[in-house]
Amino acid sequence: MMKRHFGKVLIVAVAALFMTLTVSGVGLADTIKLGVAGPHSGDLASYGIPTIKAAELVVKDINAKGGVLGKQVELIVEDDVCKPEVATNTATKLVGEGVNVVLGHICSGATKAALGIYKDSKIVVMSPSATNPALTQSGDYPNFYRTIASDDAQARLEVDFVLDILKVSKIAVLHDKGDYGKGLAEFVKGFLEADSRAEVVLYEGVTPGAVDYSAVVQKIKRKGADAVIFGGYHPEASKIVTLMRKKKIGIPFISDDGVKDDTFIKVAGKYAEGVYATGPMDVSSNPMAAAANAAHKAAYGEDPGAFFLNAYAAALALLNAIEQSGSTDYDAISKSLQTNLVDTPLGKIKFDNRGDATGVGFSMYRVQDGVYIELK
Amino acid sequence: MFSFSEIKKSLLISLWFMFLTFPIMVIRVNTIYKTIEWRWDRMIMVGVGSFFLSFLWRFFIGKKETGKKKTDTGEVQQLTWIQRLTENKKIYLPSLVAISVFVVLFPFVFSMYQTNIMTTALIYVVVGLGLNIVVGLAGLLDLGYVAFYAVGAYTYALLNQHFGLGFWTVLPLGAAMGFMFGVILGFPVLRLRGDYLAIVTLGFGEIIRLILENWNAFSSGPSGIANIPRPGLFGLHLSLHQNIIYMYFIMIGLAIFTIFIVGRLQDSRLGRAWIALREDEVACQAMGIDKTRTKLSAFALGATWAGMGGVMFAAKTTFINPASFTIWESIIILCVVVIGGMGSVLGVICGAMVLILLPEYLRAFSEYRMLLFGAILVIMMVFRPEGIISNVRKTYKFEGLKDNNKDNS
Amino acid sequence: MEYFIELFLGGLTRGSIYALIALGYTMVYGIIQLINFAHGEIYMIGAFTALIVAGILSMLGWNPVAILIIASVIAVVYSASYGWTIEKLAYKPLRQAPRLSALISAIGMSMFLQYYVLLAQTSNFLPFPSLIPDFKFMEPIEHIVRSSEIVIYITTAIVMVFLTFLIKFTRIGKAMRATAQDRDMAMLVGIDVNKVISFTFIIGSATAAIGGVLVASHTGQINYYIGFIAGIKAFVAAVLGGIGSMPGAVLGSLVLGMSESFFTGYISSDYEDVFAFLFLVFTLIFRPSGILGRSDTDKV
Repeated sequence: MMKRHFGKVLIVAVAALFMTLTVSGVGLADTIKLGVAGPHSGDLASYGIPTIKAAELVVKDINAKGGVLGKQVELIVEDDVCKPEVATNTATKLVGEGVNVVLGHICSGATKAALGIYKDSKIVVMSPSATNPALTQSGDYPNFYRTIASDDAQARLEVDFVLDILKVSKIAVLHDKGDYGKGLAEFVKGFLEADSRAEVVLYEGVTPGAVDYSAVVQKIKRKGADAVIFGGYHPEASKIVTLMRKKKIGIPFISDDGVKDDTFIKVAGKYAEGVYATGPMDVSSNPMAAAANAAHKAAYGEDPGAFFLNAYAAALALLNAIEQSGSTDYDAISKSLQTNLVDTPLGKIKFDNRGDATGVGFSMYRVQDGVYIELK
Repeated sequence: MFSFSEIKKSLLISLWFMFLTFPIMVIRVNTIYKTIEWRWDRMIMVGVGSFFLSFLWRFFIGKKETGKKKTDTGEVQQLTWIQRLTENKKIYLPSLVAISVFVVLFPFVFSMYQTNIMTTALIYVVVGLGLNIVVGLAGLLDLGYVAFYAVGAYTYALLNQHFGLGFWTVLPLGAAMGFMFGVILGFPVLRLRGDYLAIVTLGFGEIIRLILENWNAFSSGPSGIANIPRPGLFGLHLSLHQNIIYMYFIMIGLAIFTIFIVGRLQDSRLGRAWIALREDEVACQAMGIDKTRTKLSAFALGATWAGMGGVMFAAKTTFINPASFTIWESIIILCVVVIGGMGSVLGVICGAMVLILLPEYLRAFSEYRMLLFGAILVIMMVFRPEGIISNVRKTYKFEGLKDNNKDNS
Repeated sequence: MEYFIELFLGGLTRGSIYALIALGYTMVYGIIQLINFAHGEIYMIGAFTALIVAGILSMLGWNPVAILIIASVIAVVYSASYGWTIEKLAYKPLRQAPRLSALISAIGMSMFLQYYVLLAQTSNFLPFPSLIPDFKFMEPIEHIVRSSEIVIYITTAIVMVFLTFLIKFTRIGKAMRATAQDRDMAMLVGIDVNKVISFTFIIGSATAAIGGVLVASHTGQINYYIGFIAGIKAFVAAVLGGIGSMPGAVLGSLVLGMSESFFTGYISSDYEDVFAFLFLVFTLIFRPSGILGRSDTDKV
C-alpha cells in the first residue's frame, strides 16, 4: 500500500515542480537587469554575500535617483556555490531571464566556466574578486572585466618586497594546493627563479584541513629558509605561523590577500604579529569608500565582508557604463567601460582593453598590535 | 492514536531535542568581542517542531512495520504499480509514446536553462547506470567512481588542448580510457571485499584527484583547463541556445544507448553471473563462474560509462578543474543509484532526475539546500531503503513440463 | 638525528589524533558493520560544544584548567547524546535493511550535521582558545614537542587502555563482543542487543568528543568541516589497522601518521595523501583484512 502511494506522490510532485518552475520566471517589466552571481550558500558564502549587499546598496541608491536611462534597475541574484558545473547552470538561468550585465562570479574557476555562456550571449561580466591572470591576459574572454588586480601583480609585489626591502635570499614558497594559492605560488616561484638574488629552497603544497603541519614547518627550518611566502587562505596560514613561532622559527612570513583578513589575526592571536600580507590598496581615506561602508553598517548592522568595496565599484562601473553609452548594447557598454572614467570607492577607474581596472592595485600590509597596517 | 502516552512520549522527545540542540542552536559565542548571543526563539521552534514531527515519525514507522508484517505473512508479494504498468501492454505502449514525445519536445517547450539542467541530469543517468553495474548488479561498493569520470573529462580536455581532437573522436576514446583505468584500478582490489573494497576505491578516487591537482605540467593543476569546445555538428556554427539543445539530444541518444546496453548486459550470461556473485560468492565459484573475470568486467564496464559521462561533462561545462571530482561527487553518484533503486534501470533514471534536478529547483531554499538533501537521504533510507523504484528480479518460468514450478527467485 | 626525532614526534601527534577518532569508528564498525560516516561530525560537534562552553566560562573569568575540564565534560555529554540520537533515528530502523542503505543514511546524516552546524553557527573558521596550558617543565623542549602534544599522546594511551579493558574484562564488554560476533545468537542468550549497540555509540562518540576538544585546542581553530576531513583519515587508519580491532585502530593510526610525517619530511608534502592512500592499498593487497584484522573465512 504505502509503497505504491509513496512512489506515485513523488512522481506527481516532481512533475508538478517542473510545471510551476518552467512557467514562472518570464519577466516582462521594462527594467535594466543586473545579474549577481556567486556563492551565496555553503562554505564559501562569506565571499559571495557581500557582493549582493553591495549591489543592493548601489541599486537602491541609483533607483532613488531615477534609475539608469530612466529605467529602474532590477537585481537578479543567483547562486553558483563556486562550482564550475553549477556556474554554467547559473549563467544559463541568468541569460534566460534576460540580464543586461552581470556582476560576478566570485571564484575564478566558476567564472571561467560561466564566461563562455555570457560571451555567446553578448553580456558584459564584471567580477569583484576573480584574480586568475588568464581571465584577462589570455584574450579568451573579451567580455570580462574586474575591479581587482590579478594574481601575478600580487606575486610581483611579494617578491619585490622580499628581495628589495627585506633583502633576504633563501626563500621557502608554500601553497595550499588550491586554485588561488597554488596559482599565486607558481608566479612567486617563477619571479624568484628569474631573479639572481634569490633562491627557492623549498616549494611545496600543504594539505588544507590537515590536523598537523609540524613536518612541513620542520622542513622550513632544515632548509635554512630566511623567509616564507605562502599562497592560500588564512586557516592554513594561521596554523603554519603559529607552529613556526612556537617552534622558535622567527623568519618573516609573507602572504596574500586570502590572509589579509581580520579572522587571521583573531585566530593566530599574538603569533600574527609581524606577518606581512598583500591586499588591495587602502582606500579608507576615499570619501566614497567611507560612505559605502557607512551605508552598509546602517542597512545591515555590521561591517562589510570580503570584496565589498570591489563589488560596490563594479556595480557602479557597470551601471555607469550603461548610462553613459545610452544603451544596453554589448559593444556600447564595452566601449564606455574602456573610455569613461567613473568615480568609485576605489578611486577614479576605467578599464584597459584586457579588462583590468586601471589604478587598482595591491599594497603590502603588516600586522602591528593586532591590526593590518599598510606599509608605505 | 493521540492517547495520553503518545503525547507524553512526544513531549519527552521534544524536551530531548531541545536539550540536544541547545548549545549549537541557541548560543553563539564570539570570543573576540566577548559577546554571547542567546537565541531562545530557536529553542521554542525546535521544541514545537520536534513535538509534531515525532508523531509523524512514529506514524510512518508504525505503518512501515505493519506493511512489512503483511508482506511477510502474505504468500504472494504484491506487484508494485510500476511492475503492473510495464506488464500491461495497453498502458505501457501509449505511455512510452507519450514519454518519447515529451522528451523530443522538451527543449522547444521549455527554456534554455531547463534544457541545460536536464542535460546535466542525463549525464548523471548515464554515469549512474554505469555505477549501477558495479554496485547494483555486481554488489561491489565503489566509493571512488568519480575517478573514472575525471579520467573521461581530462581525456577530452587534454586531447583537445594538445592535439585539437574533437568531441566525437574523443567520446569513444574517453570510454576506452575509462575501461582501461577500470581494469588497472580494478585488478589489485579484486581480492578485497565489502568495506575494504569501499575504502580502497575511495583511496583510488582521491589519488587520481590529487595527482591532477599536483601535477601541473600534465593537467595544469588546480587552475584547471578552460575553453574546452562544446560538441560540434559537422562544422556548423551553432548559437548558444542551439548548442544547448544539441547537447541535450546527444545526451538523450547516449542515455538511450546506455539503457539499451545495460538492459542487454543485465539479461546476458555475464549479467546473471554478476547477480549471482552479489548474492553468494562461494556458491558462485562452485558453479564454475570465473570470479576474477566477472568482477573485473563489472568494474571495467562500469568505468566505461563514467569515462563517457566525463567527456560529456567537460564538453558541457567547457571548464574543468580537480575540484569538480571530489569524494562528494562519488557520493552523489552513489546516492543516485541507491535512492533510485539499486539494480533497477528505471530507478536509476528517477534517482538522477530527483537528485540532480531537486537542488536546482530548491535554489529558492539555497541556504538550506544541503541540509534538506542530507535529511532527505536519511528519511528516504529509513522509510524506503530499496529506493524509489525497487528492482524486480526477473523470473524465468519453465513451462515445458507439467510440474507446477512456481519458484519466484 | 634531531630532524628525525622531530618528524617522529610530528608523526606521533598526527597518529594520536587519528587514533582518537579511529577508535570510535572501529568500535561502531565492529559491532554493526556500519561505516559511520557521521562519526567525524560527532567529533566536530564535540569541538563546537567545547568552544561554546569555554567561550562563556572564559568570559566569566574562570581558571583555564577548570574550563578545560568542564568544557570537556559537557562536550563528551553532548557528543554522546548526539551519537545515541543518531543511532536511534538513522541506523536503528535500518538494522534489517541492506548494508548500503545504512551507509547512505550515514552519509546523509553526515551532510545534515555539517550543514546544521554551518547554519546554526557559521561557515567561517572560529578561533579556539588554547585550553591546554603550556607546562613550565616543558619550557626547554617546547620547540621540539609542545605541551598540547604531550597531553594528546597521554590521552590517546589512556583512552586505548580504558577501551581495551572495557571490552576485554567487563560484563558489557563481553556483551559487546557477543553482539559483534553474532547478533541473533546474542539475542538468544538474553543480551539486550539494542542496549549494547546504543552503549557502543555512546562510548564511541564520547571518545570522539575528547579528540575534538584536544585537537581543536592544539590547532587553535575549528569550522564545520574539520570532522569530515579528519574522519576520512581516521577511517583509512582504522581500515589499515584492521577495522573492528581496537589495537589495530591505534596501530593503523600511528603507522599512517608516521608515514605521512616522514614522507613530508624526506620527500614532499605535495603527494602526502597520495602516499597515504597508496600505502593503504598495498597493505590491503598483501593483508586484505588490515594489519591486525582477523581474516574471516567464507561462510557457505
